[in-house]
Amino acid sequence: MSKYERNIGFNDYFSPAQWFDPKVTLESKVKLAKEQLDQHVRETVAWHFSPDTGTPFWLEKAKSYKFNPTKDVQSLEDLHLFGTFEDEWLRGGPVERWVPRGLEGNPVYVFETGGTTGLPKSRIVLDDYRIDYEMMSETLPDQHFPKGSNWLMLGPSGPRRLRLAIEHLAQHRGGMCFSIDLDPRWVVKLIKMRQIEMANLYKEHAIDQALAILAGGHDIKCMFTTPKLLAALDEALRSGKLEDKFRSFGRKVPVGGLRSIKAAGITGIFSGGTEFTPQFTREAYEEMLDSGEVYMTPTYGNTLMGLACSRPIGPHDGFKITYYAPQPRAATEVVEPKDYSKKVEYGQTGRVLLTTLTREFFVPRFPERDEGERELPYERYPWDGVSGVRTFSELAATTIVGVY
Amino acid sequence: MIRIPSLRLGKPYESLSKTTLVHHVTGEPVAEVSQVTGSQIMRDISQMANARRELAAIPMKELLARVKEAAKIFLEDTLDCGDSSQSFDDYIRMLSSTTGSPMVFCRRNAAKVGYVMGNMDEILAGLTRGMDLSILDKGHGKQDGRTLCFYPTTDALGAILPSNSPGVHSLWVPAIALKIPLVIKPGREEPWTPFRLLMALKKAKIPASALNFLPTDHAGAADILRGCQRSLLFGDSTTTDPYKADHRVEIHGPGYSKVLLGADTSAHFERYLDLLVESVAANGGRSCINASAIYTHSHARELAEALGSRLARIQARAWDNTEAEVSAFANPDVADRISGMIDGLLATPGAEDVCQRIRGTPRVHKEGRCAWLLPSVVLCDSPEHPLANKEFLFPYVSIIQCPQEEMLARIGPSLVVSAITGDPEFTQQLLDSKLVERLNIGPISTVKLSWDQPHEGNLFSHLYRQRAFAEASL
Repeated sequence: MSKYERNIGFNDYFSPAQWFDPKVTLESKVKLAKEQLDQHVRETVAWHFSPDTGTPFWLEKAKSYKFNPTKDVQSLEDLHLFGTFEDEWLRGGPVERWVPRGLEGNPVYVFETGGTTGLPKSRIVLDDYRIDYEMMSETLPDQHFPKGSNWLMLGPSGPRRLRLAIEHLAQHRGGMCFSIDLDPRWVVKLIKMRQIEMANLYKEHAIDQALAILAGGHDIKCMFTTPKLLAALDEALRSGKLEDKFRSFGRKVPVGGLRSIKAAGITGIFSGGTEFTPQFTREAYEEMLDSGEVYMTPTYGNTLMGLACSRPIGPHDGFKITYYAPQPRAATEVVEPKDYSKKVEYGQTGRVLLTTLTREFFVPRFPERDEGERELPYERYPWDGVSGVRTFSELAATTIVGVY
Repeated sequence: MIRIPSLRLGKPYESLSKTTLVHHVTGEPVAEVSQVTGSQIMRDISQMANARRELAAIPMKELLARVKEAAKIFLEDTLDCGDSSQSFDDYIRMLSSTTGSPMVFCRRNAAKVGYVMGNMDEILAGLTRGMDLSILDKGHGKQDGRTLCFYPTTDALGAILPSNSPGVHSLWVPAIALKIPLVIKPGREEPWTPFRLLMALKKAKIPASALNFLPTDHAGAADILRGCQRSLLFGDSTTTDPYKADHRVEIHGPGYSKVLLGADTSAHFERYLDLLVESVAANGGRSCINASAIYTHSHARELAEALGSRLARIQARAWDNTEAEVSAFANPDVADRISGMIDGLLATPGAEDVCQRIRGTPRVHKEGRCAWLLPSVVLCDSPEHPLANKEFLFPYVSIIQCPQEEMLARIGPSLVVSAITGDPEFTQQLLDSKLVERLNIGPISTVKLSWDQPHEGNLFSHLYRQRAFAEASL
């Protein structure tokens, strides 16, 4: 199936050759990217608010608007007319109201986010997760994520987009994906109950499944994981648990042992989560990944947006992690927490405001639960980035980070 | 700004994640402390078996000499402190500046820790009840014709330390002399003493790998408690309760130390006022060995008035005033919260803060961004009053009148009890009590320690177990 047959969007953004052209100045790239984004905003709004192709939820909402979305919204800035997106709208059904009429009749996935207490938030997806991850795949260096190699998905399972997305990424790159059973909602419940020992046992259970896959002779070279699970895997490997697993399966432990992530055969790690502090990244680079011999790329994403890639990380810039949204399919802005219409200055801290603009899903101006610093555009991603992403300080006290 | 690194296997490690410490008077940042992650802690703990072997290879005699040398270094030398160096006086100044504890207290407590290190053989004799320490070199030996054999229960002692008083460091420091490496999480505002102690031990040629100074967050502290087979945990009941049933963790929570005045002495309480003042207010009333309750057979009101008058003289003085008697709160909100809690409980009928009435000024005293809590003497009409068995980080004491014959049923668990009585029957009841960790009979202040007797847990029995042993030639 070609990308266009899958209705990927309004343009082909897969090979933004101009971003790599050294003759084009950063200034003109920024201008070009903004023009492209604004055009994409117009097309997305036109699609979701057209009586023929539009989304029932938005068509209903539009009845109360005092503006005409298709005429008055011409740029990213004009999205303020919609106010902010309330994720509460995603709780409960009928979920069909989120399926654009223009895509009716196609198979639809429903993914959930959150869900530890009360009704989970649901998001419908047709192809977006595939498109997002195929775009991300272009940023992975083949040397560390060899085409055709198999993957381990050491992350949450269940009604989550991530699980299928990683599998698709592996398949897109010609490999297969092995995964484990892991219910992050149970981990959060255990922590709330102060059953820390049980939460640790559950983590060990997750790692034990990963070790069984790694010991199974599947030639796994690539992996998705979260910072906490990466650290737990490293701890298990260092204490010889993969070697024990080999022996328990009657397999010979290779010469040189299996006591590090590199020794276990992993060459590339794709990882995500707001727990990615510069210090953790440095620790991973220096102490778990043989000073960067195993490549790790942090990403920032969620079920609503897709995923943002980071600039290459390393000691050259103090392991700073700066994310760039996959424009124009999604855009992030770093705004004043008390006035979302104002962007903070570059280098200043603000709340992350997220906008998703795909043919499947329109999310204008959703205040994420994260904060960070606004970063300058750069050659590869000529639009604003966000660094130092962490839980929004006003929410931090009530947020429990389980395995993410 | 001083940058204090963590010490991982004794090597300085500057982290990208740091906490900033401010001067309690000015609010100016004075130091940054490198923080390590839980996974770094676990990685370092996995090296402790090697570290212990390295430490254990040093003969006891030599090890004790090095620890004594470290005491001298701690008290006298200028030592590296991150990217700067620090004399003993600099250290006292910094310690006082971030904790709010007056320099005069800091100096006294640091001297205590130095004393413990400098007299380590006496301390270990107390902990081991006079065992020939060379038995630890081989793991077994004979003493007085009896075979003794001990094995270590852990490869490292974890310690989750508080910020309230540097005196507590005398409790973990003997571990090195007992051949057990240290994995230390300092209190947030008090990295100074543990860092200086470890640097002194390093300079005295204690193997670096045994010296781990790992500032971290709550989750990291939990990793230390999970990773070390034996630990010391300091904190209030919220921190320590989850570990109550964990035999690997020795808890140092509130002391609820008390003075009891028996039927034979309570009428003459004036004779013991100095002792009562010292028990309540020494060291700014911040130690677990400070008395937080006085049970008296009679004359409770008179005693409360007399003690209240004495303690009402205590004034808030600056951190560098040699006459200072109470500590400032590095975070002034904490003083407000504590005082608010006491006022809330005073609303329950049957209690009065006598000292506050006599002083005529509120308990919380503020100057600039500093806050002090001035002494409270709360007369309670019954042991059931919610203020009767409370402990706070300042000179706070409740006075409860209770018939001598009911006292032991009422006092609850107590770290130190000083029972001022000459009654042999009462004395015997106290000796039989399971509630008291350290018992003083007669006019002895609760804060008076004898170094040859551990008053809270026994580090040696925490770190070693005895086993039956026999050997025969082949």
